Amino acid sequence: MQELTTYAPLLPEIVLAVGAMAILMFGVFYRADPGRDFASSVLAVIVLLAAAVLLVIAPDEREVLFDGGFVVDAFARFMKLLVLAGGALVLIMSFADLSRARLLSPEYAVLLLLAVLGMMLMVSAGDLIALFLAIELQSLALYVVAAIDRDRVRSSEAGLKYFVLGSLSSGMLLYGCSLIYGFTGSIEFSAIAEAAKGHTSLQNVGLTIGMVFLLVGLAFKISAVPFHMWTPDVYEGAPTPVTAFFAAAPKLAAMALLIRVLLTAFPDVAVQWQQIIVFLSIASMLLGAFAAIGQSNIKRLMAYSSIGHVGYALIGIAAGTEVGTQAVLIYLAIYLAMTVGAFACILSMRTEQGMVEEIDALAGLAKTKLPMAFVLAMIMFSMAGVPPLAGFFAKFYVFAAAIKSGLYALAVIGVLASVVAAYYYLRVVKIMFMDDGEVRFLPVDRGAGLVMTLSGLFVLLFIIVPIPLFDAALSAARSLPNLPGP
Amino acid sequence: MDISSAPILSIVMFLPLVGAVIIGCLNPEAKDNARWVALWTTAVTFLVSLPIWFNFDDTTAGFQFVEGRSWLGVFEFKLGVDGISMMFVLLTTFLLPLCVISAWVVIQDRVKEFMIAFLVLETLMIGVFCALDLVLFYIFFEGGLIPMFLIIGVWGGPNRVYATFKFFLYTLLGSVLMLLALMAMYWYAGTTDIPTLMTTKFPADMQWWLWFAFLASFAVKLPMWPVHTWLPDAHVEAPTAGSVILAAILLKMGGYGLLRFSVPMFPLASESLAPFIFVLSIFAIIYTSLVALAQTDLKKLIAYSSVAHMGFVTMGIFTFSAEGVQGAIFQMVSHGIVSAGLFLSVGVLYDRMHTHEISVFGGLVNRMPIYAAIFMVFTMANVGLPGTSGFIGEFLTLLASFKVNTWVAFLATSGVIWSAVYALWVYRRVIFGELVKPALKTIQDLSYREIAILAPLVVLTILLGIYPAPVLDVAAVSVKKLVASYEASVGPANASVAP
Repeated sequence: MQELTTYAPLLPEIVLAVGAMAILMFGVFYRADPGRDFASSVLAVIVLLAAAVLLVIAPDEREVLFDGGFVVDAFARFMKLLVLAGGALVLIMSFADLSRARLLSPEYAVLLLLAVLGMMLMVSAGDLIALFLAIELQSLALYVVAAIDRDRVRSSEAGLKYFVLGSLSSGMLLYGCSLIYGFTGSIEFSAIAEAAKGHTSLQNVGLTIGMVFLLVGLAFKISAVPFHMWTPDVYEGAPTPVTAFFAAAPKLAAMALLIRVLLTAFPDVAVQWQQIIVFLSIASMLLGAFAAIGQSNIKRLMAYSSIGHVGYALIGIAAGTEVGTQAVLIYLAIYLAMTVGAFACILSMRTEQGMVEEIDALAGLAKTKLPMAFVLAMIMFSMAGVPPLAGFFAKFYVFAAAIKSGLYALAVIGVLASVVAAYYYLRVVKIMFMDDGEVRFLPVDRGAGLVMTLSGLFVLLFIIVPIPLFDAALSAARSLPNLPGP
Repeated sequence: MDISSAPILSIVMFLPLVGAVIIGCLNPEAKDNARWVALWTTAVTFLVSLPIWFNFDDTTAGFQFVEGRSWLGVFEFKLGVDGISMMFVLLTTFLLPLCVISAWVVIQDRVKEFMIAFLVLETLMIGVFCALDLVLFYIFFEGGLIPMFLIIGVWGGPNRVYATFKFFLYTLLGSVLMLLALMAMYWYAGTTDIPTLMTTKFPADMQWWLWFAFLASFAVKLPMWPVHTWLPDAHVEAPTAGSVILAAILLKMGGYGLLRFSVPMFPLASESLAPFIFVLSIFAIIYTSLVALAQTDLKKLIAYSSVAHMGFVTMGIFTFSAEGVQGAIFQMVSHGIVSAGLFLSVGVLYDRMHTHEISVFGGLVNRMPIYAAIFMVFTMANVGLPGTSGFIGEFLTLLASFKVNTWVAFLATSGVIWSAVYALWVYRRVIFGELVKPALKTIQDLSYREIAILAPLVVLTILLGIYPAPVLDVAAVSVKKLVASYEASVGPANASVAP
């Protein structure tokens, strides 16, 4: 019989799970109360913040629970904080929009919390079972959230598409897991690594095939090319607050899982997975850059932009070193800040007739709504990686890691793709500042305005005190086993 | 007064940013307030920057007014100037008030944003010339793209969007390669401190790659033939003040970069690739001069002539002699003043006739005698007439190249003739002749405001032409050290060739 205190590292997850159930009960008991929907969302934000606080005050040690199935280290804490921040910010900025669309309900809050819980478990997953269960918990909640606007065909279509393709990828993932288990006799990551060490190269072929299937499944979750096909459609079809959530949180969790699996379970087949990651990275950067040029819908644009960003973040994983992991974490943190800001702006593209998603509707925004145009322009420049904005530092570190590991071709393709990508980011700026338009947007909601301001300040002022984030990312990267440098 | 302890470079650098923040807080309707705040900020910045010159010690080659703060781990926030960069800082602070005045009446739309963009740009430009950390340099170098993108794109001419995209993407494409190179340098040397990197010896094959990556950035910025094509478009579409900054300061970042990084840090690659640069310089000087001759647009003509003048700069730098490098620096400073004067003069015409087509004008001397005289000074300086600042730089670079390669000097000298051909031709067409065009019958001569902008430039053009010592003396020791360290690292191979 274990003492209860041994479960203390699990406390944030417990808070989330209990909070989700409590909100569900609350929703059932106060069905007739008109303030129910709003209150449940506020409660969800509070639960997320409580979990974040528990993470921050937790002792800075490595804790392992359930025979290695659940790992809490600096890396996990860093990524969990990002996921929680993403979830909370997206909820805050979308209150008003969701209640207008009559989508704000306890169910939404509960599903979101469960998805976040799944992501937190993904970040901490230490064996294949935990990995699969966490991914499924996250995915099932997200499938429903994508289709939450069930009276709109596009939303249902998005949910269905996401579900079908997501199940396919889960299948591959599971098949990969079973192969890995079959060839190593173990489900725990470090035990897999141990087993692979003693094997002949022929036995490792089976392991490698299993790893490839696993990678495919995860590549689908982070929407890396060529497993990205669902992204633009789901981004476009899902209600905008949901899209914002998709862009922010699940990718971070899946990236974290990818890093942990590759570095802890497959250090001895690094040569194989590095090739795959390099390919995914190049393909994502190029497709993200070129396919976004022709988009006229801003949500689709953001979808391709996010594919491109995943490509850049993968550069850091491909490097495989401590610097590389640190670079990915920095990249993801800055990506999160930029993405929520961008979606806060997209949520504010609202006219009397409803939401507008055409990029051309932003024309002349600098004349009618200068603060919003300014923030969006800074975020666009930042996404393009122009200094002195935050996005530059994100790209700077992944490229520096690539150069250090001798991945020169990858770095050169990456910077060239970033120049192509700069074109479509600039196009958004051009439409806002240099075109004339008639579309008049309604005033920005308070929540969206707050997130917009925070994101704008982060992007602009990051250069002044960049050190805390870098140090946190470094200690997070150090808590993982890393490949030796070249 | 002891100001040596004050962080004067930071003050000069961040004053414009403070002004920009103040303007940001103003009521957008009060256009005059934004203009006055911008003028005061730039004027005070200029005055504050003067002590840099007065207190500058031109007997040492090291960096002065050095200040460093920890910023990003190994990357330091480190500033300092030496004889090579000091003049550019002053040129920037000197030209900015003139730009603000020149935009006083012309910019009526979104005045506040315009002034903010200019002040932010000033901070970034000063930062480029003061930065003593490679990453910091890159941030300033690249950050200037954002305000400039907006200045051309929002307040430019009819084809501004095309021009500003071309400007932005061209420059970005060049600089991202430099970004990779600086990372490679960081991992090799373990630091991005510029003075330390100057003494780091990179392996010869690595120098080649780094040299080309840096050249990609500086060649676009300078611009060198054949990557100069963004410049005429950007100049034609930019508002007058934007053109002035572009020609006078942004282009100089390229030449400054070659002097600060390419030659001292990659001497072996520089030595073996100098012939390559000479060929490009000769092309720039002759080919773009000929292209200038075919232009029908005044601003385009000046833009092409800028490319030709920058050809002298690259040629001078890659002679690796004291005269050549001094000449290149002087040529850049002089071109900063003269091209600013030329673009402001064209701006005067544009404000009256709303076009820069050469064929619209003719016989202006009849109604604009003061303008004709001032434009004459700048035209002559552009040609390189002795007695104007344009002469000194061209003469010194030609002198230096004559020692290295007679053919290069011969071909480059022919460029002086070509510049006389197009400059005099355009001057005759715009200024002389009968005033027959009906639209010009009521054109007014310069206002006091316009004279106030142009007069300091005229004075400097002639003063530096007669007495170039202030610029040359400041640079002398730093240039000597640059040449000496170059010769030391290139070593005996070169000594056998030298007489």
